[in-house]
Amino acid sequence: MEMLLSPANKEIGIDALIAIIKVAVIFNALLGLFSLMTYLERRILAFMQFRRGPNRVGWFGILQPAADGIKLFFKEEVMPEGAHKFLFFAAPVVAIITAYVALAVVPYGGPLVLPFYGQVSVFGRPLDIQMASLDVGVLFIFAITALGVYGIVLAGYASNNKYALLGGLRSSAQMFSYELALGMSWVSVIMAAGSFRLTDIVATAERWNVWVWILVQFPAFIIYMIAACAEVNRTPFDLAESETELVAGFHTEYSSMKFALLQMAEYINMITVCALASNMFLGGWLSPLPGLLPNSPLWFFAKMLFLLFVFIWVRATVPRFRYDQLMDFGWKRLIPAAAIWVVLYSGFTAFLGERKSPPITVAAAALAAPQASR
Amino acid sequence: MILDVILFYGAAMVALASGLFVIAQRSPINSAFSLIVTMCSLAVMFAMLGSGFIAVLQVVVYAGAIMVLFLFVIMLLNTKQDEGDRGGGIGRAAIALGIILAIQSMVVVWKGAETLPVNHKETTSADVARGLFSSPRFLYAFEATSILILSAMVGAIVVARKEKGK
Amino acid sequence: MPNLDALYTSTLSSFQVAHDGFVQVALAVSAFLFVVGTIGVFVRRNVITVMMCIELMLNAVNLAFVAFSRAHGTIDGQILVFFVFTVAAAEAAVGLAIVIALQRNREDLDVDSFNLLKG
Repeated sequence: MEMLLSPANKEIGIDALIAIIKVAVIFNALLGLFSLMTYLERRILAFMQFRRGPNRVGWFGILQPAADGIKLFFKEEVMPEGAHKFLFFAAPVVAIITAYVALAVVPYGGPLVLPFYGQVSVFGRPLDIQMASLDVGVLFIFAITALGVYGIVLAGYASNNKYALLGGLRSSAQMFSYELALGMSWVSVIMAAGSFRLTDIVATAERWNVWVWILVQFPAFIIYMIAACAEVNRTPFDLAESETELVAGFHTEYSSMKFALLQMAEYINMITVCALASNMFLGGWLSPLPGLLPNSPLWFFAKMLFLLFVFIWVRATVPRFRYDQLMDFGWKRLIPAAAIWVVLYSGFTAFLGERKSPPITVAAAALAAPQASR
Repeated sequence: MILDVILFYGAAMVALASGLFVIAQRSPINSAFSLIVTMCSLAVMFAMLGSGFIAVLQVVVYAGAIMVLFLFVIMLLNTKQDEGDRGGGIGRAAIALGIILAIQSMVVVWKGAETLPVNHKETTSADVARGLFSSPRFLYAFEATSILILSAMVGAIVVARKEKGK
Repeated sequence: MPNLDALYTSTLSSFQVAHDGFVQVALAVSAFLFVVGTIGVFVRRNVITVMMCIELMLNAVNLAFVAFSRAHGTIDGQILVFFVFTVAAAEAAVGLAIVIALQRNREDLDVDSFNLLKG
């Protein structure tokens, strides 16, 4: 028993306690952000389409997500006939777990520094707002989002419904294709930072100056946003659930809380890709006016929310792709563009050194972009 | 850390059980899901053995890419029919031989591993990169794999293509 | 069966470094999975399942590589795993293409029925 209370174990215990508290806080914050997102999406879409949107429940309809939640909670669970029972239950669980786990390595800010207080520390440890700082951070997110496909594929397969199956098939092929471009768009960032760790990437952005960083990585950022849009099945690429062809795609047969979980996984994936983009391409918690304004997690959230808004904006603007167009665009435009960018960036970095390459790289990419899109 | 031990042994047990399920299931789709579980628990074991980079690559390449491909093909062909075991001599002989092989190799491994040196250190992605690229030992092999993948891609496209007029 | 008490003590005493029984257990698991994969290749009849058993064998080999890499304190084992990954990816791509071609031409996935070259 005294072994359990050795100093080393006390350290482990305190670390574990801090980790559990962090997880609890971030988990609940995400639940809040998810319900806020469903509300904001409907309001912003309504605004863009000259409608009113949900405005009855609570103040300007702000309680609408809660009402929806209660409704879904009390709906009847339907188990389709001939469904694979275990997989039918497992699918939403897989989807939601992968969605949450991916966020474990996203840093929300550097070491927490409060105005008028200074560095915040708990039990003598400086508190940074991140659950786990992994050596393979970016790759970890890549791996977990890759597992996220199974949630959709399982849902499609287990439903015993041809529309659901088609939706699942489509989405597995789609995510498969766009993951390549997604991974390639990270290469220039990782090359510049020399590390997969997300905090290192932000530190590199600080060393370079945020605006130089944003400008240099801009082509990669565009490729990333397009691929991420397809990866999380958002509107121009939401063929897995295109209602005109497939009823509701992979979640046709789902109802009640299982449906809510699938929906939640989708929104949390969206939050993940935006949080990742904000850290990798936009400098995370670095202030846009270095020296004038302090770095703060608020900048990170501002950048993330802006990207989420962009997703909603795109949804209101761009019509859905046809399936062959989607595959064409992924394989014949996006992946070559990403490959060209990687070659350009690595070439210029190798020949000119990392600090000189930025402006030339951007100019070259601007020249190469029309070639790639042809 | 005690957590490492729990995770490692838990993952090992899950890997054993799901590995058995791969060959015990009748329908290919169940086998595929068992295999995915095996791969993920092997990834956990890799991480606990101190190679986080390989662990993540295992999930990306195997669970994220290869198995999606398998599932895609299974769902595309929609092979619902369950295959029976191979009857007759070859099946029984395989199982008997397999059991002997299993016992034998377990004993050899269990005894032999005690003589292995003990060097523990966590390796990072940078270590793997240095090992791959800082000496020409693996460099040519690494370049050769790119040709392998290219030829595999071309081969797959040619083989799976529908012939015109059919 | 490892002695749990001894295992616990040794783990705590070498707090940063994990128990070195890890390598042993990993090798045993690797051997077991390899054998299971081998049996599967012989016993199963569906081509896709047979290919999955081959993947299982490759995974077992990977585990052995990583365990040896840890035991010897070198990185070479992990690099070899890297090569196994690429070979496995290439193998799966070509193999599944062949499976699709087979299904298209023969409408059957039983390995025993592909015996056209039998004299």
